[in-house]
Amino acid sequence: MQTKRMTYPGRFLPYALLAPQVIVTLIFFIWPAGQALYQSLLREDAFGLRSTFVGLENFARLFRDGSYVNSLSVTVVFAVGTTLLSMTVALLLASTVNRMIRSRSTYTTLLVWPYAIAPALAGVLWWFIFNPSIGIVPYMLEMVGYQWNHRNSGSDAMLLVIFAAAWKQISYNFLFFLAGLQSIPQSLIEAASIDGASPTKRFWTIIFPLLTPTTFFLLVVNVVYAMFDTFAIIHATTAGGPAQATNILVYKVYADGFVGLNLGSSAAQSVILMVIVVALTMIQFRFIERRVNY
Amino acid sequence: MASITLEGLKKTYSGDVHAVKGIDLQIEDGEFVVLVGPSGCGKSTLLRMVAGLETITEGTLKIGDRVVNKLEPAERDIAMVFQNYALYPHMTVYNNLAYGLKNRGFNKEDIEKRVRIAAKMLEIEEFLERKPRKLSGGQRQRVAMGRALVREPAAFLFDEPLSNLDAKLRVQMRVEIKQLQRRLKTTSLYVTHDQLEAMTLGDRLVVLNAGQIEQVGTPMEIYARPASMFVAGFIGSPAMNMLPVDYLNEQGANGLLDNLPDGTDVVGIRPDDMHLAPPTAPHLIVDSTLALFEAAGAESHLYVTLADSDQPTVIRVSGQPPVAEGETLRFFVTRDALHPFNSATGKRTGD
Repeated sequence: MQTKRMTYPGRFLPYALLAPQVIVTLIFFIWPAGQALYQSLLREDAFGLRSTFVGLENFARLFRDGSYVNSLSVTVVFAVGTTLLSMTVALLLASTVNRMIRSRSTYTTLLVWPYAIAPALAGVLWWFIFNPSIGIVPYMLEMVGYQWNHRNSGSDAMLLVIFAAAWKQISYNFLFFLAGLQSIPQSLIEAASIDGASPTKRFWTIIFPLLTPTTFFLLVVNVVYAMFDTFAIIHATTAGGPAQATNILVYKVYADGFVGLNLGSSAAQSVILMVIVVALTMIQFRFIERRVNY
Repeated sequence: MASITLEGLKKTYSGDVHAVKGIDLQIEDGEFVVLVGPSGCGKSTLLRMVAGLETITEGTLKIGDRVVNKLEPAERDIAMVFQNYALYPHMTVYNNLAYGLKNRGFNKEDIEKRVRIAAKMLEIEEFLERKPRKLSGGQRQRVAMGRALVREPAAFLFDEPLSNLDAKLRVQMRVEIKQLQRRLKTTSLYVTHDQLEAMTLGDRLVVLNAGQIEQVGTPMEIYARPASMFVAGFIGSPAMNMLPVDYLNEQGANGLLDNLPDGTDVVGIRPDDMHLAPPTAPHLIVDSTLALFEAAGAESHLYVTLADSDQPTVIRVSGQPPVAEGETLRFFVTRDALHPFNSATGKRTGD
């Protein structure tokens, strides 16, 4: 890419132009992050009157703590489940809509709607649908002999939050997959059909490989979404329960910090999350640099 | 190897858009037939119907003795070369060639053998392990051809395969396609809008206009005796000049136009049949003013304005005659160079 080199008459102007961005970054990103880092090294007494420097003790405690390790594995299950479910359904919808000609834009518009719904509302919506006393799904499940109760079954609760979180993300994934599918030249599909590939085979040998850049991008975005943007959904449906079964890392940061008021531990957890985000972002940038791998 | 038979083939979109309006055509085994026409004439649609990429609204399509109207593209035993080559970008050239064979359950040795033979024939052996994006336009074109011929299909279908190449490469690939088809003797149906490509490649041409066949014949038949004013204007470059008979009579035809077939009101004259020196045979004489002189090396095109007329007319002469723009030119046309047409029907009137 050709970049245009600008020259400024004085030293003041370029700094002044950069300043707003730098100030915003400093106040809203660097400062809180620094605070979290600093806090993660302190321990407050029960009354919040005094803080003592404890070094990496908060981190060491976390990894000795069974509930934190449990939260880690819950997060992995939740993130993998949400990502797989939302991406699979989105890809299915996108390939179906891509075949349509006249009704395509109508379907696209309708399928994007869930994305406009606030996460908390999405959570409540699914909480109603799956409500053990008044929900429609438990009622139907009971007819086939399954007693749905996410209030005391950990796996039911996990399924519920995965459904709610995945449902909200389908729209986003759908749009990207549809765009990806539409950028595949029709003649490639036609050539493959002349080459004797069945629709299923065409999908797996031509379409899916050509969607790789989109798929990888969405994979990272979805994992990040499931890990960090699902607080409201968890809060509105299960609040981390029952028995920590849906207590994902982000929710635990909140629960330990603002409910349990263990600020040091909460800060240490934030720092760990920060490290995870940085790692995911780096993976994504690495890949984007050479995303055109065919 | 097979013949292709089209009987009353029609394509109608959304009820009332008639893209192809009933085509009857017999393509013999081993023949190279070119569908030529302006854009939007239905030639690509027709080819795609033969390939099975478009459904057939009405009519019968046979490849060999089989009626293939309802068969999937893969079951029709045809191969197609696309305008944009349609190479699979994520596969190596080898896998591009092998893909169709793999799908048809060939074993590894057979695939290897066939790919090697095709690659050798097309001189792409050294690129077999490369991805298509590392190839130049001409090389991609060869790979696309290779993918068609490894399967040894009953027929090749070409959809404007040369239109993405630069002029020099286009001529070279044109020659190669012709030679390859001569060698393999595979029935071929080739679509182009380029009349020169059509003339040079085809054993027979099918000139299409607005979803209908205007004329079928060998390139020289069509050039020598265009069946309609459309064909006359489309085949040959620069295009044939059309002069009203009345106008020529006014200019003094010496009775030369008296025995034209009934209904003739326009005559077509090829730009190279308009001579600047009087021929020995009886001839028409027309005066004109040279509006633009276009030198093209071995030949020159003279754009003239006829006396007492605003009819644009082109004359082609070899070399570079000593004429200047604005000069008055007198040119001569013999009787046998006239193509008689009726302007109302657009058809040729006997002769």
